[in-house]
Amino acid sequence: MSLKIVVLAKQVPDTRNVGPDAMTPEGTVNRSALPAIFNPEDLNALEQALRLKDQFPGTTVNVITMGPGRAAEVIREAMFRGADGGYLLTDRAFAGADTLATSYALATAIQHACPDVDLIIGGRQAIDGDTAQVGPQVAEKLGLNQITYTEEILSLEDGKITVKRHIDGGVETVESSLPCVLTVNGSAAPCRPRNVKRVMKFKRCLAPMELPQGTDYANLPYASEYEKKPYLKIGQLTCADINADLQQCGLAGSPTKVKNVENIVFKAKESKVLTGSDEDINALVQELLASHTIG
Amino acid sequence: MANYYNDIKEIKFELENSPLMERIVELKECGYADKDQYEEAPQDFADAMDSYDKVLDIVGDIVANVVAPNAEEVDAEGPHCENGRVRYASKTYENLEAMNHAGLNGMTMPRRYGGLNLPVTVYTAANEIVSTGDAGFENIWSLQDCIETLYCFGNEEQRQKYIPRVCKGETMSMDLTEPDAGSDLQSVMLKATFDEENNCWRLNGSKRFITNGDSDIHLVLARSEAGTRDGRGLSMFIYDKRDGGVDVRRIENKLGIHGSPTCELVYKNAKCELCGDRKLGLIKYVMSLMNGARLGIAAQSVGLSQAAYNEAVAYAADRKQFGKAIIEFPAVAEMIANIKARLDAGRALLYQTARYVDIYKALEDISRERKLDAEERAELKQYSRLADAFTPLAKGMNSEYANQNAYDCIQVHGGSGFMLEYACQRIYRDARITSIYEGTTQLQTVAAIRYVTNGFYAQVIEDYEKLPVAPEFEGLKARVKAMAEKFNACTAAVKEADSQEMLDLCARHLYEMVANVIMSYLLMQNATKAPELFAQSLSDYVRLAEAEVEKHNSWLSSTLQV
Repeated sequence: MSLKIVVLAKQVPDTRNVGPDAMTPEGTVNRSALPAIFNPEDLNALEQALRLKDQFPGTTVNVITMGPGRAAEVIREAMFRGADGGYLLTDRAFAGADTLATSYALATAIQHACPDVDLIIGGRQAIDGDTAQVGPQVAEKLGLNQITYTEEILSLEDGKITVKRHIDGGVETVESSLPCVLTVNGSAAPCRPRNVKRVMKFKRCLAPMELPQGTDYANLPYASEYEKKPYLKIGQLTCADINADLQQCGLAGSPTKVKNVENIVFKAKESKVLTGSDEDINALVQELLASHTIG
Repeated sequence: MANYYNDIKEIKFELENSPLMERIVELKECGYADKDQYEEAPQDFADAMDSYDKVLDIVGDIVANVVAPNAEEVDAEGPHCENGRVRYASKTYENLEAMNHAGLNGMTMPRRYGGLNLPVTVYTAANEIVSTGDAGFENIWSLQDCIETLYCFGNEEQRQKYIPRVCKGETMSMDLTEPDAGSDLQSVMLKATFDEENNCWRLNGSKRFITNGDSDIHLVLARSEAGTRDGRGLSMFIYDKRDGGVDVRRIENKLGIHGSPTCELVYKNAKCELCGDRKLGLIKYVMSLMNGARLGIAAQSVGLSQAAYNEAVAYAADRKQFGKAIIEFPAVAEMIANIKARLDAGRALLYQTARYVDIYKALEDISRERKLDAEERAELKQYSRLADAFTPLAKGMNSEYANQNAYDCIQVHGGSGFMLEYACQRIYRDARITSIYEGTTQLQTVAAIRYVTNGFYAQVIEDYEKLPVAPEFEGLKARVKAMAEKFNACTAAVKEADSQEMLDLCARHLYEMVANVIMSYLLMQNATKAPELFAQSLSDYVRLAEAEVEKHNSWLSSTLQV
C-alpha cells in the first residue's frame, strides 16, 4: 500500500526568542528582527508523514505552503528531511489572508494539485497566530474527517487510520476512514534531522518566485542542472493556477479585522506579609475561600 | 538555535583557508567524475566546499540539540552488559538515531558503496564537533573509520559486503588489546585457526579494553601462525556479529567516557574472514588502522578543549566575586587565554595533519585504479611522510592540551568545579583517556622521534619559515625562529651523545620543542589571514611556547652535561 500525503506547513517568525525590537511601533511583528523558521508543530506533522513513508514504500509526501518567495525555504527544508517535493502557493491576491481565506486557498490548492490525497497532515497551530483554525477549516472545506491534537499514528490499514490524540488530562484513541485531516500536537515525536545526501541533492532547489527579478533558471549558476534535474524546480501555484475565487482570497476573503493592538505590561500587585500566627492563617484561608481560589 | 559548527568560526576557517584544500577535493573527487552518476556529487570545487559546509551545519545542529543535551544523562547511566550483549545508555540510542537519520555514516567511503566521499579533513571536523558535545559518544560514532582499513586492505567481495552496511549505520570496533598485549601488540595471543571442513577461519580466546566491543562488524588482530610469538605471526580478521560466537564478558568501570562501552570479549570458535594477507595484520594493517584512529583522538581532544573553553568562559563571565565577574581578574583571564591559545594552536596542527593525510590517502586510492605518474608518485611520497610525521604530534600534543585545558577549566570554576554538577568535571574525566589510548603520549614520541633525528621536521620548519607573514607578526616570527634554533641545537647535542638510551630519555623534550615551533608557525599563518580570529591567541601561544621551549632547552642542557 502506498499513500499520497500532503503536509501543510508555514514559515513563521521565531517568536520563541523575542527581543526588544520584535514589535514595530505600530504594533505589528517586525519580521526583519525575527528569523523565519519552519513552524515547530508543522515539523511534528512532517515527522508523522515521514514515518508513514518509511512504513509504506512508494508513499509520496508533498508539502504545501502559502507565502512569499522566501517561504519556499520551508519546502526545501522538508525535502532535506525526507519529503518528495512541494508547492509554494504564492500570489499577491493571497496577501492579508486570515485563517478562513488561508484555508480556502490551501483547500483549493489541494483539490487542484493532489485531488487523490489520502491524508492531509498539519501542525496544531502556528506560533505567530496561535489560532489552530487552519487545519480544521481545510477539513471542513474539503468535507473530510479531522483528528486534532494528534500525538501518534497507531495504525493505518484497510482505509482506516487509528490515532492517539492528546486531550486534557489524558489521551484518546480515535479511528477515522481515509482520506482525512490530522493536526499534530507539539508533544508528538520531534522531526528527524536533515539528511546529508538529501541536502547535497536538493540544496539548489528553487521556486520561480525566488529567482531574482527578470531572470530564469537558465541564468542561474549551474543552469544545466535545472534542465537535467526537474526536481530542482519547486512547484509554484498562483491564484489563477488553482482557479481560486478572488473574493474568497486574501484580504477580500478575510472577515477577521484587527481593531486594535495593545501592549500588555504585567505588573506585580502589592504583596501582603503574613506571620505564622493562627489568626493570619485563618484570615488567609477565609480570603481564598471567598475568592473561590480554594474550596 | 545553537549550532556547534556555525558557532565556532575557527573550524570553518580551518576548512576554507588552506591552499591545499583545492588539491584535496580535486583528488578526492577524481576531477568531479561522479557528478553525472550521483545526484549528490559536487559539480566543482566551490560546489563541494558548499556541500561540506552544509554537512557540518547538520552535524553542528544535531550535536548542539541532541548529543550535548543528552551527555549528562548518558554519563550518569552508562552502558550495561546483559546476557553477553551491550545495552547502551538509553539516550545513546537517541544520538545514534539522529546520526543515522542524518546519514552521517561512511563519511569518507566512495559513493559506489553508499558513502559520502568526504575528505578526511571534513570528517575530522565532524569528529571534533561531536566530541565537543559528548566525547564518549564520539567514540562509538567515530569507530566507523575502521572501515577505511577494510576498504584499503579487504578484497572487493568484502568491500561490497561490509561498506554499505557501515554507510547505513552499523557500528564497528577494532579488537586489538589483550590482558598481556597493550602497548606491546606483538604479544597478541588470540588464536585464529583455519577450519578446513567449513572453509573459514575461527577465533578462540579473549580480548580486553575493546571500545564498543559489541559492535556489528569487528576488525580483529589474531595469531594465525601457530608457534610464532612476534608481530609477524599476526593477521587481521573481520568478525560479523550476524555470525555469532563473540560474547561480552563484562564492561569496564571507567573514570571517563562513560557513554562508550569498554568490553572484555570472549571468542568461542567465532567464524571470521581473513582481511588482506596473512602475517601482515600488525605490521601493515594495524599501523594503518592506528594512524586513522590517532587522528581521530586528536580531533576528539580538540573537541574537548573547545568544550573546556566554552565552559570556562561561560562560568567566568557569569560568576561574580568581589563585586565583578571573575573573568575580569587577570589570574582568571590568563587561564582562559591559555586555554584558547592551546586550543587554537592544537586545532591548527590537527587540520594541517588532516590535510596531509587527505592528499596521501586520495593519491593512494587513485593508485589502486591506475598507475600514478612520476610527479604524483613524488607527491604521494612527500605527503605520506608528512602525514606520518604529523599524526603523532597532533595526537600527543592535543591530548595533553585537552587534559591541561580541562584542568584549567575546573580551576576557573573553583570549588563549584569540584562538585559533580557542572559539565567541567565530565570534560576533565573524559579528557584523561585521550593521552593514553591509541598509543600513549610516550608512544607518540617513539613514533615521532625518527623525524627529529633524520632532520625531516627541521626541513618542514624551514619551509614554514619561508612563508610570508603579516608585518605586525614579524617580531613574533623572530622569536619562533629563535625557538627553532634552540630545537636544532638540542637535537644536534642529543645526536652527538650517540646513545640510544639518552635519545629515549630526551625524546619527549625534543618532541615537545618541535611541536611548539610547528604550532607557532601554523597559528601565525592563520593569524596572517584572519587576525580578528587568531592574533590574540597567536601572541598568547608564542609566549607559552617560548617558555616551554626554554624549559626543555634547560632540561636537555643539564641532562646532556651529566
